[in-house]
Amino acid sequence: MASVAATLVESDEPGALVLAAAGEWLVATAAELDRRLRAVQVPGGKRVTIDLAGIDRLDTTGAWLLLRTERDLTQRGNAVEMRNLQPSFEPLIDQVRAAGLIAPARHPRPAYHTLAGFIARIGEVTLALGGRAYSILGFFGVVSTTALRLARHPRRLSMTAIVAQMEQTGVNALPIVGLLTFLIGVVIAYQGADYLRVYGLEGYTVQLTAASILRELGVLLTAIILAGRSGSAFTAQIGTMRVNEEIDAMRTIGLDPVEVLVLPRLYALMLTLPMLTLCANFMGIFGGGLMAWAVLGIGIPEFLNHLSTIASWSYWIGMIKSPFFAIIIALIGCYEGFQVARSAESVGRLTTLSVVEAIFLVIVTDAGFSIFFSALHI
Amino acid sequence: MPGQPGEPIIRVRGLVNRFGAETIHDGLDLDVFRGEVLGVVGGSGSGKSVLLRTIIGLNRPVEGDVEVFGSNFRKMSDNDQREIEQHWGVLFQDGALFSSLTVAQNIEVPLKEYYDMPLRLMDEIAAFKVGIVGLPDGTGEKYPSQLSGGMRKRAGLARALALDPEIVFLDEPTAGLDPIAAGEFDVLIRDLRSSLGLTVFMVTHDLDSLFAICDRVAVLVDKKLRIGTLEQLLQDNHPWIHSYFHGPRGRAALLSETRHTGKEGMRATAPV
Repeated sequence: MASVAATLVESDEPGALVLAAAGEWLVATAAELDRRLRAVQVPGGKRVTIDLAGIDRLDTTGAWLLLRTERDLTQRGNAVEMRNLQPSFEPLIDQVRAAGLIAPARHPRPAYHTLAGFIARIGEVTLALGGRAYSILGFFGVVSTTALRLARHPRRLSMTAIVAQMEQTGVNALPIVGLLTFLIGVVIAYQGADYLRVYGLEGYTVQLTAASILRELGVLLTAIILAGRSGSAFTAQIGTMRVNEEIDAMRTIGLDPVEVLVLPRLYALMLTLPMLTLCANFMGIFGGGLMAWAVLGIGIPEFLNHLSTIASWSYWIGMIKSPFFAIIIALIGCYEGFQVARSAESVGRLTTLSVVEAIFLVIVTDAGFSIFFSALHI
Repeated sequence: MPGQPGEPIIRVRGLVNRFGAETIHDGLDLDVFRGEVLGVVGGSGSGKSVLLRTIIGLNRPVEGDVEVFGSNFRKMSDNDQREIEQHWGVLFQDGALFSSLTVAQNIEVPLKEYYDMPLRLMDEIAAFKVGIVGLPDGTGEKYPSQLSGGMRKRAGLARALALDPEIVFLDEPTAGLDPIAAGEFDVLIRDLRSSLGLTVFMVTHDLDSLFAICDRVAVLVDKKLRIGTLEQLLQDNHPWIHSYFHGPRGRAALLSETRHTGKEGMRATAPV
């Protein structure tokens, strides 16, 4: 607003300093008025009169500035008097005065900006990590006992829910999983052929591609895609239900949230991840074969011949790992969903956390499997 | 934007709102005058909140004109819209506080957006706004998720009042509050109105609020508004309006209001 003008004029009367406030004392002029008010020098012990005759418009911020000045001066030992307040502004001044004095809120500031704070932070994070691992283990226990209890009454398990989850996590993920593994197969075959040609071993391109996809890449890529696609969805769905108190409502009706929400998702993922891995393996090898044919001219009979030289165990290694990865993704996704506090912000934060944790644990578990299989010489 | 009391500050003409095949408002007219407290009531789903959202420009009407401060918000440039938005404050149903910010930071958001202020002054202004809406000392440091529903509403009001607006829109300000807190909220609105000359547009279900602070009441029935003072509406023979004001709750609110304020003369016409 262009017409805003507020003034503060100092003058001396016998025995008192007069501050004449005039114009529009509004939030729009507050910054300027604040600067001028802070610049006023009042000798200690001198009487101060605040003359309000010239004020045209006043809002709560303007009124508060006047009252702050009065309060500050009084605290410093100056006697303060306000005069010529227009009657129409009286209720406003009274109301702001009645609100009382409230200290400005401290801004939240991360405590770890000092060295000691940084070290303390490392400790905090480590302890929190330990606590979370313990808590996830507890959740695993709860889910396991619920699953065992339900194994005796399999009818309580909702097939509709499992099938619906399988559609969402499996069928709907099929195009992206297939496309990505196909491309990875193409890339490995293409790059591998280049390297192997240096040693005159380009004939092994098919074995290289097939072995890496069957043993590692097929299942790992599928698990990572599902962690991002379905694990995050689990956290967001369950988290939103917590925000809406739907989980509490379930408990009061006598439904067990683990039974109703976690088990269908867990079982669905344990079924779909192996199936998706199978498709992923197929598409990866198909991509690799296509590339081997295009770059090296390896035809179908020769290709199948190469494939048959791969150890038969290789076909199973990825598939064996997949249900374990499914358990990790489903458990972490659901666990983080239950951790949501009653705010929308925590849904977002925990969804991110769930994806990162799931991918991390999948890869750690995969490393464990590697050691295990190599100890078995397969 | 100074103006004379008594001039219409919000003017709605021929408003039509439709969602799919369902018509919510059909040729609705409304004038809100400067300095008044207007209460909007109506059954659940009758379109009270939609009306509020249409006036503040969050919902594009199918037909009709909405003027605030004498100009059509929809037909303005972005800069003019910002200018208008400085002069109103909106309290949403659950406060709609930004959950990643503390209460004080929430109040500072509009200040930061529109004015170039030193940080210290902004903190001080946020603190006194916390006091004005009756929140206890120390609330400014808390996050919305740490507050009760009533406190969130007060904090939302503090943010709505941050720029000392001329109009405040309140969407069910007392819903979900205990009767004592609701009563305090009514007093707060009434005091702010009288000290600041605020215009208040209040969607409410709360009969006590209506009797306590509203100058005029607009009832949303049959997709239109029936507007009048309480005395006029108490005489209205429309079945919904009649059962609204003369049902057990309406009578109780009327009775307690009459007893407290001693406005017997004014209410004597009403069959109690």
